[in-house]
Parts: sequence; structure tokens; C-alpha cells
Amino acid sequence: MLPVPELDDSFLALPLEQLRDAALSRAAELGCSHADVRVERLRSAHRSLRDRALETSADSQTLGLSVRVVHEGVWGFAGDITLTADGAARLAERAVATAKVSKPLTPRRVELADEPVHADARWVSDYEVNPFDVDEAERQARLLALVEPLLAADGVSHANTDLAWVQENKYFANLAGTTTTQQRVRLQAQITAVHVGAQGFSTMRTLAPPVGRGWEYLTGTGWDFDAEVAELPSLLAEHVAAPSVEAGRHDLVVDPSNLFLTIHESIGHATELDRALGYEAAYAGTSFATFDQLGSLHYGSPVMHVTGDRTVTHGLSTVGFDDEGVAQQEFDIVRDGTLVGYQLNRQMAAEKQLGRSNGCAFADAPGHIPMQRMPNVSLQPAVDGPSTEDLIGDVEHGLYVVGDKSWSIDMQRYNFQFTGQRFYRIENGRLAGQVRDVAYQATTTDFWRSMEAVGGPGTYVLGGAFNCGKGQPGQVAPVSHGCPSALFRGVNILNTAAEGGQA
Amino acid sequence: MSTTTTVSAQQLVEQALALTTLPTVVHLTERWEANLRWAANALTTNGEMHSRTLTVVATAPVQGGTAVGTVSQEVTEAAEVAAVVAAAEQAARSGPPSEHAAPLVEGDRSAAFDEPPATTGIEVLARVAEGLGTAFAAAGTSGHLLYGFAEHIVTTSYLGASTGLRLRGVQPTGRFELNGKTADLSGSAWVGAPSRDFTDVDVVALYGQLQTRLGWAATRIDLPAGRYETLLPPGAVADLMIYLLWTANARDAEEGRNVFTAGEGRTRLGERLAPLPITLRSDPTAPGLETVPFVDALQSEDGTSWVFDAGLPVPPTTWVSDGLLTELVRNRAHAAATGQRPTPPADNLLMSADGPQDAGAGATLEEMIARTERGLLLTCLWYIREVDPERLLLTGLTRDGVYLVEDGEVKGAVNNFRWNESPVELLGRITEVGRPESTLCREWNDFYNRTVMPPVRVPDFNMSTVSQAS
Repeated sequence: MLPVPELDDSFLALPLEQLRDAALSRAAELGCSHADVRVERLRSAHRSLRDRALETSADSQTLGLSVRVVHEGVWGFAGDITLTADGAARLAERAVATAKVSKPLTPRRVELADEPVHADARWVSDYEVNPFDVDEAERQARLLALVEPLLAADGVSHANTDLAWVQENKYFANLAGTTTTQQRVRLQAQITAVHVGAQGFSTMRTLAPPVGRGWEYLTGTGWDFDAEVAELPSLLAEHVAAPSVEAGRHDLVVDPSNLFLTIHESIGHATELDRALGYEAAYAGTSFATFDQLGSLHYGSPVMHVTGDRTVTHGLSTVGFDDEGVAQQEFDIVRDGTLVGYQLNRQMAAEKQLGRSNGCAFADAPGHIPMQRMPNVSLQPAVDGPSTEDLIGDVEHGLYVVGDKSWSIDMQRYNFQFTGQRFYRIENGRLAGQVRDVAYQATTTDFWRSMEAVGGPGTYVLGGAFNCGKGQPGQVAPVSHGCPSALFRGVNILNTAAEGGQA
Repeated sequence: MSTTTTVSAQQLVEQALALTTLPTVVHLTERWEANLRWAANALTTNGEMHSRTLTVVATAPVQGGTAVGTVSQEVTEAAEVAAVVAAAEQAARSGPPSEHAAPLVEGDRSAAFDEPPATTGIEVLARVAEGLGTAFAAAGTSGHLLYGFAEHIVTTSYLGASTGLRLRGVQPTGRFELNGKTADLSGSAWVGAPSRDFTDVDVVALYGQLQTRLGWAATRIDLPAGRYETLLPPGAVADLMIYLLWTANARDAEEGRNVFTAGEGRTRLGERLAPLPITLRSDPTAPGLETVPFVDALQSEDGTSWVFDAGLPVPPTTWVSDGLLTELVRNRAHAAATGQRPTPPADNLLMSADGPQDAGAGATLEEMIARTERGLLLTCLWYIREVDPERLLLTGLTRDGVYLVEDGEVKGAVNNFRWNESPVELLGRITEVGRPESTLCREWNDFYNRTVMPPVRVPDFNMSTVSQAS
């Protein structure tokens, strides 16, 4: 048993309690009914290789605090970088000032759903080795060791390697008495092989998902990067030589490495209550899954069970307490194919009388206001469900889709179009080689209603992304999505080579 | 807005430079921002933020060349600077030689370097808030719901190098977006405006434009997927051309890895992309679109590294001239290796069909509508993603207003579509380029704000599938 990682001493050495006391007491003096203060430090690093050469080496740190208040029933917010008690008190004053500017334009008083007080709570994510503690020479040597065999392989003209990691520390306190101190670590590594030939260029990328783990992820825990990289040249060569797909209706078996992103776009975002209520209408968009359909919307087939959680080990959205001091939870979003839940924050939970918030408030930086952001949204496997091979065995003519690539979906989450790293033809229940120029396109509910079967726990993979965007000013959030392989009938397949161009 | 920090930006830059033992560039960015956001005729969030980021780029001679280390950190006090410098130097000394290495930019101390940072605050948006109050009341009476966002960001860059170079650059960036919906949410329209200071944003007038468009939406027309003659407004053209610029990486083209490759190490420079005399250019001195006139980013969106080039003057660059591809993006190291000039892109993009000397020519969008027998008029493009990099095939949606034009008049609002098109291929199929105007793009306005674009006519725009979104 490895030791549980500890909270970073350099973060604990900040004057956290003084900042809290100064900000909250000033907010209370100014008559705020609610106030919270958040001190946040984000350490981020990025390395990239272009072939063998180090292309990017950038380390950055963001450190600051913000104060959010409800003053005379109106939100006010202010953020800054000066970590002094005086600065924190002035920030509370600025937050109240922004509330006063907003008051004439705010017809409804802000109410917040109740949450138990979590006094002096601490939480640290589950990882073994903080990547910041690894020697730089060792980090670069590991990347070179991964990319060397790729560049030595036939048919690989170039390789791009990207490695990013983050350590996130947050201190949160509110007038009610909650104080939380937390730490998370996450890491993403992607390697792309590029072929340049007489017919143009093609790529093939690793499928390893970003995860809430440390450096150990690159050295054998949770993923075998060496084995995956060893397969890339032959996968790329087959892709280059593959015939173009025939457009039309096809049955699809979708691998978790692709399906996670379809879940993210067509279920994750569509069940954000702020979207359903119109708060994102001018930007990220709204949702076809409107609030009046809670409990009745036929989202998908009866085998569809989707959960939201902030609890799964190594999940990118997993955290002890959200940025409103709400403790981590797990909840149903779609059960037996029917919409049964939304992602909430405290204001919306109160507004819609849904009881306690399910803990989906998140801000990506100390200077950004928390908003409702996605928990880990996952499609559950069937307890005794089939293997991926069994699912493929149930298809006479179709496609097996592996790895995410291009994605796009409309502002109400109806019409989506996805591509992938590789598509295999299925003929009579067996894989029959790759095809290229493939995109699958559908309307969300048509797609999920066409899901005939989900795979068993043995097919389940926790995928995810570092870069989920939402809000104005724009915020970026990391999020995981677990899912099994799944079988869909009669999905629209486009041949992308036939799209665009001259009529 | 008063500063909350006690040490000046210039002092931090000088202190960092005094601590360096290697050829180094120190970059300090002061950023002030204020914003308002609203939904359904009520304000939802607001904010006022200040941050100050120190970036130290240290370079070190290593076996085989020059290595570089980059470390950024938000700083408030002088005591924090030494650790940033030490970390950058450590990264440089222990790093491999960089392919982007070039001598640090030489130069003197500009007089402006000693000026304090420019700032902004929530007060800048007071007139917008007042206009919104009027518009919310009017919308309530008309049965409309208003959504949107107003944001003002002012950054001041202080750049100092161990060569003696000292530069200061101020970049104001503002955007205003107003989205109006009918009460049943079945009709939606959008207007947007870029602004440097919000003195030129007339909320009530913009709401008037929305009312016209929401009126057009009273008649609903269902059309199937297919190819349509299509009028793209300036903002939609901006979203497509910005993506083209973000792909214009010279080295990738030479290596056969983007749409601008001609194979075997050659590029498409000199090739005709458009039969019309289309010009696409960036210019840090373009009136109303002025940008910081020196390199102050470590990487441009096309992927080019500028890590050794901080402080380099940004020249005007013409990417497409008279319909021919004339330039691609390359840094100094790659320019030296290939015998060409470096082309750091200014943070703006201007398109016209008559060259920069006569950029005011061409029909207005209204005149183009009047001359349309049957076609679609778009408002915005949305969720644009790359499908096939070989052709730069992009996909996306139409958003907030697709209108059917017949016999020179708007007849009603059409359902939305998913489209699949390549901006490079579209340049070859545009049959009319209208009068350019300053415009706010929709998809990329988080990242790209300064464009002058024309409306264009495409005879056969590929609406691939129907979207039910309204």
C-alpha cells in the first residue's frame, strides 16, 4: 500500500485563514447574506516533441483569490492576486460593488440550496507520484523512449508527442462555516504518428485517456504506453492503404475510446441544468432535454443507464467538495432510457426545488466565477453484458469505431457528427479491415434509442478530456466519462471525401 | 481602477533581468477585465478581475546548440521573482538544443516602457448596463428574451531582454453579443460588435436590428439538406478565414502536413486559390484594429513557436493577394533555414476583393440580398471543427438565423443545417465579395476579435444534414 499523497506544504503555508477571515468578515459587515472566498493555485506544465526535438517546454503557475457574495439578493464577484488580509477585505468590497451595479437588472433574488457545513475538511486525489516531483531529464527521456521506436518504424514520417500535467490546490470557505482544502493531480499524454506519402498525409494517435493519476501512468500503472505505441505503425499503414467508406446507413459497434466523447457531447452537456434553463443560450447553447421533460423524456433505449459522479477513483471531475462547498455525490441522469436527473449547483437546485445540490459547481481559475460544470458522466455496462467481440458478432454489415478525433454538435445538442482514429468494416460478425473518410452523424435521441446492447464490465473504460469549454468568460474543465462498448443500429455514415468541394 | 499591487511591472522586469545569468527575455503582462452576462432579460453573472503574469524565457548554450526554458507565474511581490528566474534557467541549462533558436531580439528602451499599465473596470460597462435596462424592458413588452455577454479586457505587455530591449504594448479588446429569442424559443437572432472602449456600442440600436430579424422568423420554412446559393455575412466569413490563418504554418506545409503542401517539400505559395482578386492580410497598424506591434506570444495558433522571437517587430503580411497564396507563417529560425523572411502574424485579419487600396468597394449585404433570386442568408457559423486536415475540410452548424431569400427579399426563417466545407476550397468558389466591414465573429470571438471582412456569395454551399436546433 503506497502512502496517500499529502497536501502541498507550500500551499498550506499561504495565509489561508487570514484571507478567509478578512474577506468573510468584511462581507458580513457589508450585509451580505452569503459570501465565499476561494484561494486557488494551479500549477500546469506542458512538454511537446516534434519528432525527437523538444518543441515546447512551458511551466506556469496561477495563484489568486476571489470573493463571491450575495448582497441584497444579487450576486457580486471579484478576483485578484494579492494575498493579503487587506487585499481580501477590499476584494469583498469590490464584489459588493459589482452586485450593486447588477441590482437594477436582476429581478429575481438569488437563493441557495442548503448544504451541511463541512468544517476544516481536507481531500487529496488518488495518485502515486506527483509529476512535478519527477526530474526534468527523466521526463524528457521517457518521452524520447516512447517516440524512438515510432520514428524508426517503416511508414512513419513524423511523430508528435504531447504531455501535460496539472496540480490543482483549492481552499474554500463560506460564511456558513465550511472550510475545505483540496489537492488534485492529473496528466495527459498523446503520441501521434504521421505518414506523408505521394497520396497525401495521414495520422494515427494513441488512445490513452487523460486521467487523475500521476507520473506512474506513463510508467506502467493504468496504461501500457509502450505496447500501444508499438502497434501504431501497423495501424497507420493499414489506415493509409484503406479504401474509402461507402456512405449510407450502417450498424455501429462503438469502442469506449470513441463513445466517451459522444456521451460527453450528447448526454453530458445536454443534461446541464443551466443549459436547459437558458443561462448558456447565447453561447454554449441550450438543450433539447428541457426541464418539463424531467422524468418523461425517452432519451434512449431501455439498456441506457447514465450516472453523474464526483467520486470515481482517477476521474478528472472527481473532487471531495465542489466550488460551492458541496460534498461529492453520485446520481442518476438517465435510467432505463428515461431522463431522471440534471447536473446542479446550489442556486438552480433551490430555484427548481430539487433539494440539495449534487455538487457540480466548478471554476477553472481563481479569477473565474464558479458555474455549473460537468461531473464524470458515465454510461453503465450491463452486469452480465457481452464482450466487444460478441457485439461485433451480432453485426452482419457495419463498422467498428475506435478512438476519438473530430467532434461537432449543435447548440441544442440534437445534430452531431463525429470521426475517429480508425474505422473497421464488419462483415458477417467479423472485422474485415480498415476503411477511411468516415464520419458518423445522428440526432441525439435517434442515436441513443438505436442502442441495442451495451457491453459488460470487461469492456468498460474511463475515458475523458482536459479541455471541456463553457461559459463567458470561457472556462476549461477536465472531465472523465466511463463507458462500455455498445451496439447501435442503422446510423448515418458520411463519406467525408464527398463532402464540401465543387457541386 | 487602482492597482492592488505595490511593486510596479517595470520594477519586476528589471529585477528579473538583474538576476539572470543567461541571455533572457522577461515578459510581464498586466491584465484587467470586466464583464456582464445576461439571460432571459436579467443579469446572471458579472465580474472584475486583475492578474499579473511574469514569464521568463531563459536561453542557454548546450551541446549542439541553444536550449530554452520558459516559466510563467502570477506574481505580486519582488520576492517571488527569483524562483521564476531560477526555474527558467535550470530548464534552459538542462534542456536539449532547440530547433527554434535565434539570437534574442536587439533593441533599445522605448520611452513608453516607463508608463503605467492601462486598466479597465466594471464602470466601462455602465452605459451598456443602462442600455440593457432599456432593451430588457422593450423585450418584455415585445415578448422577446434577451441573452448575451459584454466583456472588456485590457492587457499591457512589458517586455525586457538582456540585450537592452524594453518594450511596452497595450491591447484593449472588447466584445458585445446580443442574442434575442421569441418567447417560445422557436426563433433566435444574434448581433455582435467588437469594441476597443465600449463608447461605440449602442445597445438599443442593436436590439432594433434583432427585432427586424425576429420579425423575419415569424414565417417558418422547412428546407432539406442540399447545396444552396448562400450569402455569408462578414462574421461568418471571419470564422472561416481565421481557421485558414490558424493552419498557415510554413514548416508543416513544407513537410507535407497541412492543406498548403504541394508535395515533395514544396508548398502552394504562388498558387491561385481564388479566381476573384481576393486579399487576406494582417496589419498591426490597421485603423481601428491596432495590435501590439511586436511579438508578445510564445506560440501562434498555427503552431509556430515564437519563444526565441519575443520583441520582434510584427510587419504587415499579405497571406493571399489578388487570389494567390503569397505567404505562410514562419519564425526567425525557420526563415533563416529556408532563406525567407519571418512572418509573425498580427492579431487581426482583413479580407477584401480589391486590394488594400480600395478596400471600401463592393456591395453591402442588403444590396447582395436585393440581387438574389433564391438563396440562403446566414447569421452565424457554430461549433466549427476540422474533419479532414488534408483539404482543411471543416464541419459546423448554422446558428441564430438562416433566412430564405427569394426575388431579392427575405421570405422567412429556415431550419438550421450542419455544413461540411473547406475555407480553402470556398475561396475558389466565391462568386461575389461585398463591402468589408469591422465585424465580430461568433465561433472564435473568445480568441480572435479584430477582423474586417466582406459578406460573400457562394453558389453551392454544402448543407450536409438538417439540425433540429432553433
